[in-house]
Amino acid sequence: MTQANHLIEVHGLNKAYLNGDTRVEAIKQMDFFIDDEEFITLMGPSGSGKSTLLSILGGLNHPNQGKVFIDSLDLYALTAEQRADFRSEYIGFVFQSFQLIPYLTVLENVTLPMAVTGQKKKVKTQMAMTVIDRVGLGTKALRLPDQLSGGEQERVAIARAIVNKPPLILADEPTGNLDSKTAKDIMILLQSLNTDGHTVVVVTHNADMEAYASRCIRVQDGKCFV
Amino acid sequence: MKLHNISLGNIQRRKGKMLFLVLGLVMGISTVVTLVSITESMTWNIEQRLNQFGANIVMVPKSDRLSLHYGGINVGGVNYQVREFDQKKLSDIRTIKNHKNLSIIAPKVLGPVTVKNKTVLLMGVVFEQELALKTWWHKSAGRFPERENDVMLGSRAAALLGYKVGDTIRLSDRAFNIAAILRPTGASEDDAIMVSLIAGQTVLGKEGKLSMVEISAFCQGCPISEMTLQIAEKFPHAKVTAMKQAVMSKMQSIEMFKSFSLGVSILVILIGSLLVMVTMMGSVNERTREIGIFRAIGFRRGHVMQIILLEALLLGIIGGIMGFVTGNLMACSLIPMVIKDGVFAGINSTLGIVSLFMAVALSLLASLYPAVKASNMDPSEALRAL
Repeated sequence: MTQANHLIEVHGLNKAYLNGDTRVEAIKQMDFFIDDEEFITLMGPSGSGKSTLLSILGGLNHPNQGKVFIDSLDLYALTAEQRADFRSEYIGFVFQSFQLIPYLTVLENVTLPMAVTGQKKKVKTQMAMTVIDRVGLGTKALRLPDQLSGGEQERVAIARAIVNKPPLILADEPTGNLDSKTAKDIMILLQSLNTDGHTVVVVTHNADMEAYASRCIRVQDGKCFV
Repeated sequence: MKLHNISLGNIQRRKGKMLFLVLGLVMGISTVVTLVSITESMTWNIEQRLNQFGANIVMVPKSDRLSLHYGGINVGGVNYQVREFDQKKLSDIRTIKNHKNLSIIAPKVLGPVTVKNKTVLLMGVVFEQELALKTWWHKSAGRFPERENDVMLGSRAAALLGYKVGDTIRLSDRAFNIAAILRPTGASEDDAIMVSLIAGQTVLGKEGKLSMVEISAFCQGCPISEMTLQIAEKFPHAKVTAMKQAVMSKMQSIEMFKSFSLGVSILVILIGSLLVMVTMMGSVNERTREIGIFRAIGFRRGHVMQIILLEALLLGIIGGIMGFVTGNLMACSLIPMVIKDGVFAGINSTLGIVSLFMAVALSLLASLYPAVKASNMDPSEALRAL
C-alpha cells in the first residue's frame, strides 16, 4: 500500500547491468519516497547510479528487483506500451545536453510530445506557445535549435517537458552544460514550475543546486541516503 | 505537430542519404519500365510489320483433293476448276468473338480469261482492301484503278501480252482501260490481270461468288489459332488456315526476351531493395538518440514504426514516379538501337500505376525490418547514448 501524499514510492530497488564481462550493481536495495509537489535533487558523484535511478523512475529501465509506484500505480506491472502512454501523460523529461530534434523548430520541438495525442493543431500550437512564452522564448518559436544559445536550448527542453502538463518532471543534469548564471536561471525556472504544482526531480552532481530543492536524496555507490 | 512532420523533417535533413535511397528505387523501377516498354514496343513493331507483310489468315473453299502445287510450281497440270463460296455470307466474319482484332478483309474471285490467245489468271479484287493488305505493291506506271472499267496488269502479264498504261484490253467482249502496271513482286500477281471484284465476277460469270478471302488480323492479345477456329465455325464449307509460322517465330523471340527481362528485373529489384534496406538501417542507426527521445516522451512502438514507414512511403512514391519517367525516357532512346527502325509504342498508364505500387511496396517491405528494429529499441539503451 502507498501513502496518499506520496507521488513516488520506491521499494527494494535493485538494478545491475553487464559492462563487458563485469556485472555492475548500479542500484542496490533502494527504498525512498517523494511527496507530491516536492522539489528533489538526486545528488551524487559521476557513476553513482543517479541517472540509472532517474530512468527507472521514468519507466524507461526495468529494474532487476523491487517496485516503483507513481501515484499508487505499479509502474513495472504495466506493459511497455502502457508505460509509453503513462510517460506521455504523467512524466516530463529534461535530458542531459538538451536533446532537441535538430531539424525541428522550437515550436515543433515543444509540440513533439503532443504528436501522439488527438488534439487539434490549433490547440497544440496554443498550448506550445503558452509554455514557450513561459520559458521566455516567445520571439524565437520559429528558430531551429542550433540558432539558440545553450541556456535557450535548455529552456526549450523544459518547455517540451511541461507542454502536456505532467505532474512529474524528471531532469537529468539540466545545468551540466551551462555557465553558472544560466544554470541559476534554469534552476529558478524549475523552482517556479514546482511552485505551480509540478513535482520536480533533478539529477545533479553540483552541490550548489541543492539550495533550490525542498529536499535532497544523496546517491552513492548505488545506495541512497535520504 | 504530427508524425508525418517528423518524417518530412527527417527527409529534408538527410537529403543526401534519401537521394541515395530514391536512386536505388529509381534504378530498380526504371529498369523494369525500360525492359517492359522495350518488350511492348518490340511486339508492337513486329505486329506493324506483320500487318504490312499481308494476310495472316486465308479462307478458301474446302476441297477433298490434295494440293499438287509447291513453291509456285504446279505439278498436276493445268487446272481451271476453282471452287467458290457465297459472297453474301462474308459479313458473318465480323460476328466472330475476336472481331475487333480483324483488320483487313480482302475477298477475291479467281478464274482464267483468254487474251490474245493466251490464258491469263484474272483476279477480281476490292482494290481498296487489296492495296491496304499488300503494301509492297507499287505501280511502275499509271494510277491505281479507281473506276469500274479500270484494270491493273502484273509486270510479266503486261510484258508477255504487250500492253502498256492507257491501252484498252478486252476481257470476254468487255473493254477495260489499263490504269496501271505493277512492278515485279515475285508472286502470282506478276502473271495476273486485276479488275474490280464486281467486274471480275461478271467477266468470269461468277456473280455473287468468291474464290478466296485473305484476312489480316492484329495478333496482340489474340491467339491467331483461336481466331481461325472462330472463322471456321462460321464457314463450315471453307478451309481456314493461319499463316502463323512467321508470327510464331517472332513471338517466340519476344517471349525469350520477356523471360530475360523478367530475370533482369527481379535481380535489379533485389539489388534496389537491398540498397533501400541498407540505407534505412543506416538512417535508423544514426537516429538511435532521436528514437530514444521519442520513446521517452511517450511515443509507442507503433508510432516509431509509423514515422519510418511514412518516410519509406513518401520516398517510394517519389522513386516510383521518377523511375517510371526515367524508364520511359530510357526506352525511348534505346528502342531505335534495339529494333531497327523501331518506334516507341507509347506510354503505358497501367505500367505507370503498377510501377508506383511496386516502388511503394518495395520501399515499405525493405524498410519493414529497420522500422521493426527501431520500434523495438530499448529506450534506456537508446538514451544511454545521450
